[in-house]
Amino acid sequence: MASYQSLDIKRRSASTSTPPTVRSTGLEVAKLIDVSKCIGCKACQSACLEWNNLKEEVGVNTGVYDNPHDLTPNSWTLMRFSEWDNPDNGNFEWLIRKDGCMHCADPGCLKACPSPGAIVQYTNGIVDFVSENCIGCAYCVKGCPFNIPRISQVDRKAYKCTLCSDRVSVGMGPACAKACPTAAIMFGTKEDMKDQAAQRIVDLKSRGFANAGLYDPQGVGGTHVMYVLHHLDKPEIYAGLPKDPQISPLVSAWKGGAKLLALGAIAFAAVGAFFHHTIVGPNRVTDTDEANAADLAEEANGAEPTPETRTL
Amino acid sequence: MTNAWGDIKHADLVVVMGGNAAEAHPCGFKWVVEAKAHRGAKLIVVDPRFTRTASVADFYCPIRPGSDIAFLGGVINYLLSNDKIQKDYVKAYTNATFLVKPEFGWSEGLFTGYNEEKRDYDRSSWDYQMDEQGFARVDETMTDPRSVFQLMKQHFAIYTPELVERVCGSPRDKFLKVCEMISECSSPTKTMTSMYALGWTQHSKGAQNIRGMAMVQLLLGNIGVRGGGMNALRGHSNIQGLTDLGLLSNMLPGYLNLPTEKEKDFGTYMSTRGFKPLRPGQTSFWQNYKKFFVSFQKSMWGDRATAENDWAYDWLPKLDVTYDVLRTFELMNQGKVTGYFCQGFNPLMTFPNRGKITAGLAKLKWLVTMDPLDTETSRFWENHGEFNDVKTADIQTEVFQLPTSCFAEDEGSIVNSGRWLQWHNAAVSPPAEARSDVFIMAGLHLRLKELYLKEGGAFPDPIVNLRWPYAQPEEPSAEELAKEMNGQALSDVFDPTDPTKVLVQKGKQVDTFAQLRDDGSTASFCWIYAGCFTEAGNQTSRRDTYDPGDTGLAPRWAWAWPVNRRILYNRASSDVSGKPWDESRKLVWWSGERWTGYDVPDYGPTVKPEQAVGPFIMNPEGVARLFTRGMMRDGPFPSHYEPFESPVANVINPKIRGNPAARIFKADLEALGSPDQFPYVGTSYRLTEHFHQWTKHVWVNAALQPEFFVEISEELAKEKGIEKGGWVRVWSNRGSLKAKAVVTKRIKPLMVDGRPVHVVGIPQHWGFIGKTKKGHNPNSLTPFVGDANIETPEYKAFLVNIEPTSAPAVA
Repeated sequence: MASYQSLDIKRRSASTSTPPTVRSTGLEVAKLIDVSKCIGCKACQSACLEWNNLKEEVGVNTGVYDNPHDLTPNSWTLMRFSEWDNPDNGNFEWLIRKDGCMHCADPGCLKACPSPGAIVQYTNGIVDFVSENCIGCAYCVKGCPFNIPRISQVDRKAYKCTLCSDRVSVGMGPACAKACPTAAIMFGTKEDMKDQAAQRIVDLKSRGFANAGLYDPQGVGGTHVMYVLHHLDKPEIYAGLPKDPQISPLVSAWKGGAKLLALGAIAFAAVGAFFHHTIVGPNRVTDTDEANAADLAEEANGAEPTPETRTL
Repeated sequence: MTNAWGDIKHADLVVVMGGNAAEAHPCGFKWVVEAKAHRGAKLIVVDPRFTRTASVADFYCPIRPGSDIAFLGGVINYLLSNDKIQKDYVKAYTNATFLVKPEFGWSEGLFTGYNEEKRDYDRSSWDYQMDEQGFARVDETMTDPRSVFQLMKQHFAIYTPELVERVCGSPRDKFLKVCEMISECSSPTKTMTSMYALGWTQHSKGAQNIRGMAMVQLLLGNIGVRGGGMNALRGHSNIQGLTDLGLLSNMLPGYLNLPTEKEKDFGTYMSTRGFKPLRPGQTSFWQNYKKFFVSFQKSMWGDRATAENDWAYDWLPKLDVTYDVLRTFELMNQGKVTGYFCQGFNPLMTFPNRGKITAGLAKLKWLVTMDPLDTETSRFWENHGEFNDVKTADIQTEVFQLPTSCFAEDEGSIVNSGRWLQWHNAAVSPPAEARSDVFIMAGLHLRLKELYLKEGGAFPDPIVNLRWPYAQPEEPSAEELAKEMNGQALSDVFDPTDPTKVLVQKGKQVDTFAQLRDDGSTASFCWIYAGCFTEAGNQTSRRDTYDPGDTGLAPRWAWAWPVNRRILYNRASSDVSGKPWDESRKLVWWSGERWTGYDVPDYGPTVKPEQAVGPFIMNPEGVARLFTRGMMRDGPFPSHYEPFESPVANVINPKIRGNPAARIFKADLEALGSPDQFPYVGTSYRLTEHFHQWTKHVWVNAALQPEFFVEISEELAKEKGIEKGGWVRVWSNRGSLKAKAVVTKRIKPLMVDGRPVHVVGIPQHWGFIGKTKKGHNPNSLTPFVGDANIETPEYKAFLVNIEPTSAPAVA
């Protein structure tokens, strides 16, 4: 899984090998979410759950239309509803944004991921998680400037929108775009989507939205999920869409200087351990430790095996 | 719909009022989005709440629930007093020029002829002045004070922007902006479409709400044209088919009427259905009524319906009163109903005043439910704590729950809002013991027939003589039924102009209702469906996207009634001389020899323009009615009436409560609440995440909108100490419910008659069965009163109170 060749992988987390270069990389794809055409019907959420066979829990109402209340390991996309009084003209606006992975050209999650091949970026721009390589460390969550990945409490894996890489790989668009009744979600090459957005922006400007524009933030190298916004100057009014998203400096530090330091520390520990082994001899498990472990195993007996009990 | 879904893309202005298309009809709403994106159309939303439709609108104007006629009256007044009407259209294609009887009048909120005791009108004065030949008198100049045009001007003059603001709570500047945008469509080259749904029908004056907008559309010249029309978005798949097939208690298929007790014989019945033209040389299509009626009777009773027995007229039930759902449950409460068949609906969670519904069901001897889903009605006797607090031991009703197949489990046609009959195949087999409704009904019929044949009875004739020509009598196929609705020749049908020419051979399917006869030679169950399943096959299963002129009408996709016509009254898309009003949006025009175009002309195909036959050929006047004569119980013009429960008195006449011509039963009148106890306006509606109470059975939908809530403004929440997401109790004079509170900026208090009016929005998707959290429905609160003409209950405006509370005992 996640080998470079068969899947047109451009980048792979925590890997130093160079991707193949002789294959034609093909076109970059993008999903365009036209917020001005979105009616907040949640057909995209429904399609995502159905296509990906996800089962979201039946929750409660907390006084808003957003359900579930946040992205979860089972809900990879979510309509976020924001009520906003426009101070310029006194108009009330109900801004509805479909939240989910932005598929950054420069993905913070992939950069932060310490597990080789757990996060990959395909040549078409899709950023995908490869579950069997995921160690559940949640560094991707920290690395994401949009706060998208969620860690499952069931299997300790990270989950997020795949941009329906399975569908796209066989020439279909994402399930959410297919289900969208008003074509507020469009899918195609990134260039085509930019052209489409340009037309929409002309229309929106003619309707008085002087700051209408395309959200394709350059701080992350541009994204493969883009928004047409009526108010590009204020993306934060759309349920906190970041104005200038950047990969956290901690990730750069971690993957840059800190990584070197850490590698040094690991090397030091290894050398220390070698000397400890040769001088003191191997660590032995005491009888008490063995007994405790046996008790724990018994307690866990009959319960659903969790990753923790399995490692016992 | 007069028009079609795909036609909405040709509109310059879309007005969504009395509906919430984006939320309740998200798939059809794509055409509005299309009109905006590619035609530059503007969208106006007028609604008590800032809805999801409003979220993509160019302009939003708030309105108090139940005040739509005042608003629309204001629009009509604006158009008339600013001369923003399409005059040539109004003059030639409406009854604006017709003269009305001198006795007709209106004062202090009432038309002439009102009888307070009967809550009804003597409508004899609501008519035209007739000349010696029986034709209506007209004044082409429209200046005669008795002309409909002048009477209309006078009637709507009181609806000033000041009055609109005072009654509707719509800010004056916003109302005027709406008027200005609408008035631009009085140009022959600009059209507006009206999209409405249950936000207009579910009022005690629902039909008049729609009339109000129909008048606006006629004044603008927007009926019969592309991108225009009065477009009713049907609230339930296949509710259009239901009305077409006459499933209302007083109707027969194809909008024929069930006889009343007064119409004791066929002659009497037909005597008021002559539809004699009211203008010289006018086509009056309903003159064919007898052909359609006799063909229906032949479809029902075949050879047993003969000229001698007046086509079995006596076998039809005769109505003493109409048996709408409100009356039926009233009778149930009076203990006058023994058994009840509840097929494909869920009255316990939908019909008004739930307490009365429960009490009624509990008085039945037996109840049969036929539904693909486990409905609350089937379990009305089961205690679910606060969600269905009944004493099971006291209920003796025997319930038979018959599971049926759902739309995806059987084949057949479904009629969409645009009157298109679209065939679908079964995707899967029904689960377990579920059987089709047809199987169940056929089984009932065959067993009853057998009993009647064996044991006799008071009046077995209609049942034992029923025509039953199906290959498998116990389960007629969808194809057989569709063919029967279309109709066939029972003997050779000849050309009336050439009696030697056979038009349809005996045993063949008819091609159109023009081939139906009143001599017993044809049978057709639903004349408007004639043409849907001909000798050329099943027209409703056609799937050709051929669309000349990019009209969005796709004439070879499925089949639309009547005669595959996609836009009704389409002759009106051209001027009197037959030239399109708008060349870029032409539809049907005069070629010099015949009417031609992109749609099937709604007109005699070779009737020359100079013959001056009016384009509204279903009316004996030949023109559209701005003044409806005596055809509606509550007035020939819409007039503002408050809902039966209103926070304010009627400003026109404070003594009038509700619609003065609407029926209300005594106990229900007494159960109305007053604004001092119930100061807030409740209104009910759907959410896009759910479809009625069906989708609460589906896990995905349940996750997307899991729990019952009500919506209130930030101001009301503050006043009452209600927290966002907290529990509230909402109660009316009839019932009480608990819900979560959605506190929102999307609902704002409205200034009505000088004081703020708060709206409490109550969605209608929850119950005590299904995957969602258990919840209530607005019908716990709603008043038991309906529209004056068709008895659609007043779900959209009633009085409630609200307070913070604790969670229900059983959650």
